[in-house]
Amino acid sequence: MTFLTYLISGLALGSVYAIIALGYTMVYGIAKMLNFAHGDIIMAGGYVAFYAFSKFGLPGYLCIILSIIFSTILGVIIERLAYKPLRAASSLSVLITAIGVSYFLQNAAQLMFGSDTKIFPAMLTDGSLKLFNGQLTISYLTIITIVTCIIIMVGLTTFINKTKIGKAMRACAEDKGAAQLMGINLNTTISITFAIGSGLAAIAAVLLCSTYPSLSPTLGSMPGIKAFTAAVFGGIGSIPGALLGGILLGIIENLTKAYISTQLSDAIVFTVLIVVLLIKPTGLLGKKENVKV
Amino acid sequence: MNPVLEVKDLGIDFGGLTAVNNLDMEVYPNEIVGLIGPNGAGKTTVFNMLTKVYRPTRGQMFLDGTNIEKMNTVEVNKAGIARTFQNIRLFSNLSVIDNVKAGMNNLYEYSFFDTIFHTRKRNDNEKLIEQKALDLLEIFNLSEMKDVEASALPYGAQRRLEIARALATNPKVLLLDEPAAGMNPQETEDLMNTIRFVRDRFNIAILLIEHDMSLVMNICERIYVLNYGTLLAKGGPDEIKNDEKVIKAYLGD
Amino acid sequence: MKNIFADLFSKKNRSRTISFLMVTCAYILIEVIMNTVGMSRLFKSLLVPTCCYIILALSLNLVVGISGELSLGHAGFMAIGAFSAVIVSGLTVSSITNDILRLVVSAACGSIISGIFGFIISVPVLKLSGDYLAIVTLAFGQIIKSLITNIYLGFDANGIQMSFVTNTLSLEGGKMLLSGPMGATDTAKISNFTSGFVMILITLFVIYSMINSRHGRAIMSARDNRIAAESIGISITRTKTLAFVVSSILAGMAGALYALNYSTLQPAKFDFNTSILALVYVVFGGLGNINGTIVSTVVLYVLPELLRSLQDYRMLIYAIVLIVVMQMTNSAKIKELMEKLGKKIFKKGEVKE
Repeated sequence: MTFLTYLISGLALGSVYAIIALGYTMVYGIAKMLNFAHGDIIMAGGYVAFYAFSKFGLPGYLCIILSIIFSTILGVIIERLAYKPLRAASSLSVLITAIGVSYFLQNAAQLMFGSDTKIFPAMLTDGSLKLFNGQLTISYLTIITIVTCIIIMVGLTTFINKTKIGKAMRACAEDKGAAQLMGINLNTTISITFAIGSGLAAIAAVLLCSTYPSLSPTLGSMPGIKAFTAAVFGGIGSIPGALLGGILLGIIENLTKAYISTQLSDAIVFTVLIVVLLIKPTGLLGKKENVKV
Repeated sequence: MNPVLEVKDLGIDFGGLTAVNNLDMEVYPNEIVGLIGPNGAGKTTVFNMLTKVYRPTRGQMFLDGTNIEKMNTVEVNKAGIARTFQNIRLFSNLSVIDNVKAGMNNLYEYSFFDTIFHTRKRNDNEKLIEQKALDLLEIFNLSEMKDVEASALPYGAQRRLEIARALATNPKVLLLDEPAAGMNPQETEDLMNTIRFVRDRFNIAILLIEHDMSLVMNICERIYVLNYGTLLAKGGPDEIKNDEKVIKAYLGD
Repeated sequence: MKNIFADLFSKKNRSRTISFLMVTCAYILIEVIMNTVGMSRLFKSLLVPTCCYIILALSLNLVVGISGELSLGHAGFMAIGAFSAVIVSGLTVSSITNDILRLVVSAACGSIISGIFGFIISVPVLKLSGDYLAIVTLAFGQIIKSLITNIYLGFDANGIQMSFVTNTLSLEGGKMLLSGPMGATDTAKISNFTSGFVMILITLFVIYSMINSRHGRAIMSARDNRIAAESIGISITRTKTLAFVVSSILAGMAGALYALNYSTLQPAKFDFNTSILALVYVVFGGLGNINGTIVSTVVLYVLPELLRSLQDYRMLIYAIVLIVVMQMTNSAKIKELMEKLGKKIFKKGEVKE
């Protein structure tokens, strides 16, 4: 029964990773860049929700909506100002810029909100569900997290496959040049991708902060790196891959913490990643690219 | 005389699509052989199989009587096959002379220990490398540009540099993939002379893919014609010129 | 005489000559200032770390710039070098009483152990390419940090004792060398600015010897064009492994120098941010550009430290500088503007003549 508890909480953690990983994977798929500042958008989203709830006393759902709107706008602004001028630049220049943006967000947050850790309030729910005569306790938050992840996955997959914008995104991911020749506006498509990724980051922020209720300017770093790992794990650029990678990572992390060692959980998670990449060099669901000679 | 390069029943499929099939080919020492055919006939694919960029699906390849089936690209080069590429592949950030020197990586070897401690072995070998590189650059008329970055070279010079680099590996067989592409008539003329000179000077066999028919007919002693991945005809330039099948393949029905 | 001079500044050797001149002049200048006018404590405290970061950045440039593979975990090698050196220095403190000799021995051990790890890691890393390779180096950096954070190591009359994850050591009058997340405590400070200078010279010597050799040419060929490099008989894995191992040896040396400059050192120092910092130095200095790397490291490391008076704003400024410089160096408009500006100045000069 305890195993099941760990498994379910791992599933919830994995769901958060998956939601963050989606942001990485979509941006990578279309703009071919590693957006290192993605983790810090989570942090920004967390602060917005925090202040909306504790300073202005808004209801939980409104806080989340505000947080989503803010993060979405922030993501698009960052893309327009920092990344757009670098479309033709080397990937390393873009990477360094993303690192700069990440530092900027972290330090701006530190200036504005202070470097102390804030306790994130339970804005969603704090009850829990008891099953099997109380042997198995699942918090409502866990259920909400997993359900949210499922809804996002289904919604996003439908969006990508069925809508015109979604098709444009897939086209850009496949071949930017050809997509533009077909009349697809590359800049708009990339902006939309950033908007979606950042909005998802805000959702992840609220879920993450509710599960681990502490908020600080560096909040996004570690989940960011983990989610990025999850995206690579599943095959970067692939949406089902991000889900699979995120969930697996969350479960592995939680189970190692429970049964092997808390201190070594990071080492074990990253070792699993390396092993997976050695067996499948492009991740679990990644595609192999061929070089023409 | 035994062929230096021999290909028997060579074939490759790409996911059900047969790109090259049933190819038999021999290249004898000191020979200049042409490999021609319409676009998409599979000429470059043959080069890619010979140099193990692609693994053939069927058939055997022999270099100087040795089966090269199990070798990889690096080993094939060490065994004696060097090539150039249709879409030029130079080391664009290296100087012209370093491009050629890189080709001598396995020719004058010294260890990393020698490198760090600047041993006599290293210095002697570097001198030999320098000498041979300058010699090759002279042959290909690149001496004056030896310190220029390879990417800054004009197109024709880039093609010549690629040949020089391939020759630096001391091959038995040199594969040239459209060496005259993008060259003007004068450059092509010079190139023909250089190819002949190189063959005589280094005693090697040359197999070349080319679309410039005057070049092919001029310098090739024998020609293989590929069409849709299979051998359409082979023979001397005059035979090929008058072969009806070949004319048909090039001009259409 | 004139010939030697011409050779030193020939196109081939110019960068090397400038490197050695620049570093030596800087060293002499600083030594002179220190012994005459004197130097503030802050400045003095920055000298050795600056040397460390120069070596780290140079070693990373070997992988990123010269070998062309992105590494996001270089701080891991620095950590291995650092803590190995701390252990060796701690164990030999009574047997090797000469500080310089002990520094040499510890740094050598740190470098070699780091190099061994570099080799072990390069086997899986170099099977991958591009972003996948980068993420695996990131993962290794995290693994190394997380493992070192869990090592408890000490020694007493009975010999070396070690435990993992939890501290179960009971030393009888001995000494703890590594205490998990607390890292090294009470290390003898035996490295100094001069040793940092010498190590930079060693690093430069190794890198330039490599570049001007068949090994260096092979590494750069593999970077510029994999398929062409293979076609002339260069084994990609072998050359890339060489670059990776040499780089990890040098990074280990940087770590040893760093660790032996402080009495306490926590493993958390060598986190992802340190790897990224080194990468920023390399990209700012120009990929494969050795002098650029040295200059950018000095500027980007020392500047924020000197801006401490700005306190909280300094990292913000740093971030903005990163972004703005990247925008400028990649903007066609700004490049055009600079060229025009250059022409104008040039023309003015002409008119005057």
